[in-house]
Amino acid sequence: MSTAPRPLPGWVEIGLMPLVNVALAFLLVGLIVELIGADPLQALKLLVLGAVGSSESIGYTLYYATNFIFTGLAVAVAFHAGLFNIGGEGQAYIGGLGCGLAVLALDRYLPGLLTIPLAILASAAFGAAWAAIPAWMQAWRGSHIVITTIMFNFVASALMVYMMVNVLIAPGSMTPQSRGFEASAAVPSMQAALQWFGIAVARSPLNLSLLLALLSSAGVWIFLWHTPWGYGLRTMGHNPEAALYAGTNLKRMTMLAMCLSGALAGGVAVNELLGVHHRLVLDFAAGYGFTGIAVALMGRGHPLGIVLAALLFGALQQGGAELAFEVPAITREMVVVIQGLVILFSGALVHLPRPWLQALFARKG
Amino acid sequence: MEEVFTLVVATLAATLRVATPLVLCAMGGLFSEKSGIIDVGLEGKMLMAAFFAAATAAVTDSAWMGVGAAIIAAEALALLHGFACITHRGNQVVSGIALNILAMGLTVVLGTAWFARGGQTPPLSAGERLNPIFFPVAGDNVIVYAALLSVPVTWWLIERTRFGLRLRAVGEMPLAVDAAGISVPWLRYRAVLLCGLFAGLAGAYLSIAQNAGFSRDMTAGQGFIALAAIIFGRWRPFPAFGACLAFGLLDAIAIRLQGVKLPGIGEVPVQLIQAMPYLLTLFLLAGFIGRTVAPKAAGVPYEKEH
Repeated sequence: MSTAPRPLPGWVEIGLMPLVNVALAFLLVGLIVELIGADPLQALKLLVLGAVGSSESIGYTLYYATNFIFTGLAVAVAFHAGLFNIGGEGQAYIGGLGCGLAVLALDRYLPGLLTIPLAILASAAFGAAWAAIPAWMQAWRGSHIVITTIMFNFVASALMVYMMVNVLIAPGSMTPQSRGFEASAAVPSMQAALQWFGIAVARSPLNLSLLLALLSSAGVWIFLWHTPWGYGLRTMGHNPEAALYAGTNLKRMTMLAMCLSGALAGGVAVNELLGVHHRLVLDFAAGYGFTGIAVALMGRGHPLGIVLAALLFGALQQGGAELAFEVPAITREMVVVIQGLVILFSGALVHLPRPWLQALFARKG
Repeated sequence: MEEVFTLVVATLAATLRVATPLVLCAMGGLFSEKSGIIDVGLEGKMLMAAFFAAATAAVTDSAWMGVGAAIIAAEALALLHGFACITHRGNQVVSGIALNILAMGLTVVLGTAWFARGGQTPPLSAGERLNPIFFPVAGDNVIVYAALLSVPVTWWLIERTRFGLRLRAVGEMPLAVDAAGISVPWLRYRAVLLCGLFAGLAGAYLSIAQNAGFSRDMTAGQGFIALAAIIFGRWRPFPAFGACLAFGLLDAIAIRLQGVKLPGIGEVPVQLIQAMPYLLTLFLLAGFIGRTVAPKAAGVPYEKEH
């Protein structure tokens, strides 16, 4: 830079810049909608209505958001440690294997109050284990975590297809899915839970996993900003040499960050398998891991930002489905386009609007 | 005896068919990585190119127009990658991932809007495709030969030209290149554009040569296998080419082995063979086969000092 970068006021840096980034992405989306011959404003209206127009659609939005909170947190925790975990997809998938194995082994012998926590722990443990191998390879062998986690996604997918088709398939079933879990091993749906308090809402896949996701967000916040380990983790992300000098064991910290990240990704399995499908199925994690990158980037790695970004992406997912239903020219994949553009503008091109904002708000000196 | 011969020839031809897009992508990726720009977006470039190749060929009835459109589409994404990573010094991995996801969505969105076939393009007739030149059974279309040619050309460009010398230097130590008065961004942009050219050809191969039209997600991870091949070949053209052939052979064998019981081993799970390129690369990366040497400045944005 020929001129020293002039600092922006805090609220512009934290509040306005991310909004400008997202606005740029949506501007492009509007252009694409225009290009394929639909009306962008009409599309936006349908999308918003589809996402929050009824208690059923709100339920769907929150159900999708639950997955995005888990994967967004997973990406963010690793990111704070300076590690780019692209393997959320595979970790969630293998987390599901752990979840499924636990329930299939226990649900006929233990009450739900024991089975469910054990299944949640199994999801987290399997997710963490799947992240631990690339973490080990990064820490002790110096192999790039981006490459290894990409490869592990493919290996996870192959492993799961093998397990589902050859091992875990329900006897007599034509489709590769396990036997149904016992009703006791189901995480209660939000509809049932609210019924306990006399509140009536429409049926939707939304279940109490949302609370687990919110608890995890709070937990991540406390861990990262209010514990010595979190401090060490963030120090490593900012400056590994400083962290080393301060006595942090970088190898162990890499393992800790990645295992935590994988465990969080395993939360997707809780929401999908214990909350919705009630059996082990193929491809239940499809796409959520990658969207987690967009969520984490948009939420700037902060749990509160991640919850908000997850809500936005949940609304997009649900509203996009409704929009595709209403307007034949637009397909559900429009949501994927939006995700890609948000990752581009909030991630790789994050500094694009800086000069413009500097011209507007820069402080002298 | 003749049966064995036929089987071997058929398997080799299948290997070459599968390896062609891998080879092109790997050579393209090599240019980018050598210049210090990591490209995990090979997959997206190839997918976008495949879509525009098939769409253009279907509309214009010309395979060559399709090839041209494929290259333009891949170059557009390559330029976007360059704009984010070189001009704006953004995170190269994030940019690559973004382009992959964008391509995944945009191909289906545009395909559905234009052709209303659930994301597929209309099936192409023989006249709208690139057809085999000498051996109809082997599928030796022009892009297969281009892929074979791309390997020595890449080697020559990187190892034997002034451009290649500077390219390798900018991937190892951009500061030195800058100090010598050579523009780092311009060098890297050229590398990224070369990458787009090769990825574009690979995409065109998928949709208008190997297949007769585009179907959603038809790249199916091949961009990442090409990335694995680059690592496997330790960022050198001929070894990377060998890795592509090996991965192609694995794929050809996987198809043959489906449901076959091997003596002593039993049935080999197809999924295991499909995961083999990734598993082998992981073993390599873990250092069990030998150390890998990536260009030192790969992934690090270059900040010019004044």
